Amino acid sequence: MIRIANGQGFWGDWLEAPVRLVDGGPIDYLTLDYLAEVTMSILQKQRQQDPELGYARDFPPLIGRIAKKIRERHIKVVANAGGVNPLACARAVLKAAPGLKIAVVFGDDVLGRIDEFLGKGYAMRNIDTGEPISTIREHILSANAYIGAFPLAEALATNADVVISGRCADAALVLAPMIHRFGWGPDDYDKLAAGIVAGHIIECGAQCSGGNCQVDWQNIPDLANIGYPIVEAEPDGSFAVTKHPGTGGRIDSHGVKEQLLYEIGDPSQYMTPDCVADFTSIQLEDTGPDRVRGYGVRGGPRPAMLKASISYHAGWKASGTLVYSWPDALEKARVADRITRQRLAQLGLRFDEIHTEYFGVNACHGPAARPVSDPPEVQVRIGVRGPDKRAVDRFTREMIPLVLTGPPGGTGYGEGRPEVRQIVAYWPALIPREEIQTRVEVVE
Amino acid sequence: MKLPLSRIAHTRSGDKGDIANIGVIAWLPQYYPILLREVTPERVKAFFGEMVKGGVDRFELPNLYALNLLLHHGLGGGGTVSLRTDAQGKTLGAALLAMEIEVYERELTD
Repeated sequence: MIRIANGQGFWGDWLEAPVRLVDGGPIDYLTLDYLAEVTMSILQKQRQQDPELGYARDFPPLIGRIAKKIRERHIKVVANAGGVNPLACARAVLKAAPGLKIAVVFGDDVLGRIDEFLGKGYAMRNIDTGEPISTIREHILSANAYIGAFPLAEALATNADVVISGRCADAALVLAPMIHRFGWGPDDYDKLAAGIVAGHIIECGAQCSGGNCQVDWQNIPDLANIGYPIVEAEPDGSFAVTKHPGTGGRIDSHGVKEQLLYEIGDPSQYMTPDCVADFTSIQLEDTGPDRVRGYGVRGGPRPAMLKASISYHAGWKASGTLVYSWPDALEKARVADRITRQRLAQLGLRFDEIHTEYFGVNACHGPAARPVSDPPEVQVRIGVRGPDKRAVDRFTREMIPLVLTGPPGGTGYGEGRPEVRQIVAYWPALIPREEIQTRVEVVE
Repeated sequence: MKLPLSRIAHTRSGDKGDIANIGVIAWLPQYYPILLREVTPERVKAFFGEMVKGGVDRFELPNLYALNLLLHHGLGGGGTVSLRTDAQGKTLGAALLAMEIEVYERELTD
């Protein structure tokens, strides 16, 4: 049995979590998932400004904090912290923690190969909309193939202390140690699928151990000290999800089910670079306090195509807020919205969309929100987006004047004009697997 | 009798592009047939009204006594494009808990 813990569900997750996983009890592997779908484009921009950037900058100082302990206890770290510059990431880690052995996985970054792919006749159509990529070719900011767990396992085989990759399937970080330690092959579909399911359960960190959980949430113990999840993986593909003793949070099958269903499509065909996992085959069992066993997972062969995560510039947006107080708070907020839209129209400004929400009334649930009557205050939030940056910028000057030119009782403008932000949109596409050749390099 | 969905199930929701997904999990195995009967794609689409521009797909997970709902064009453009506060659909699962379902009393006894 091996223990695989996940200490980051996204870049920006709780900084203390990985340190506590190392300190709080036995683990063999520490995985850290830093890359959301659009993180790659932010990192690509950072690299364009400084060739030594483009990776998750939280990562090197974290390794600096835990370096001594992971060496003493032979804990191996597997992280997709490399972003679009895994080599610079490895160098920064060595600076923060001299003496560590680091294995870097290359091959996911295909930004420089888009024209080559187009030349070969790959349309790279948007999986969701069917549009060919040629429609956004000149706006592409980043392009990365999702690599699987086998290259990560190959990196672990170098006996490195830390494995750094760029874009990989999130659950592959967790599957890789199982492949490495149990010797699973590409045809062990059921076992690979089981590892992917275990990985899916813990890839969002504490979201399977009591965080963001609806199940009797008021009584989930000590969320301030929530324990991040640990998978105890067996060579036969069965596993248990648990956490260190004495930590907060809760692990039970209802919470694990919530996470299993999180951000999936067809559950019978959960596609990954290494296999197709059938989530309708998963059996769960509560086998003790804060312990859920998973078994019976079935899988199928890996797909012929790899998914690529492509980001592109899609215009500009801004949103601003004002607060209106009782009496007639909602009515005042609605009038403020109407006036703003009229002024924007009179200026001749065009947008792809103007969207208005009323906090305390319908901001989260829209038309499905439960009705409220006579609230003590309402915050109106108006957002615009469109291709013309000047139009969006002009909008940001239209909110605050309402305080003196609109309905009575407007406030809450203390943070000043809203910021104009670039829209970096996500374009999921498929490319043939054989185009992606990965390579492992050891840095010491 | 009419009850909110929260009486028999809990949910978690998230995003994939402009698709919102809602996992709906029965509190007890014997509530799963109620989910199958009451939480139909048509009703879910009607519940969210103009918020969901596309269709609703439903997948069944009898092993977990759960459903997975996909709300197409449900996030105002999705991720970074959407102007919504909840651009990732994190709260849509909670919204669905208020959907009224028709339950017979005998179905609620253990």
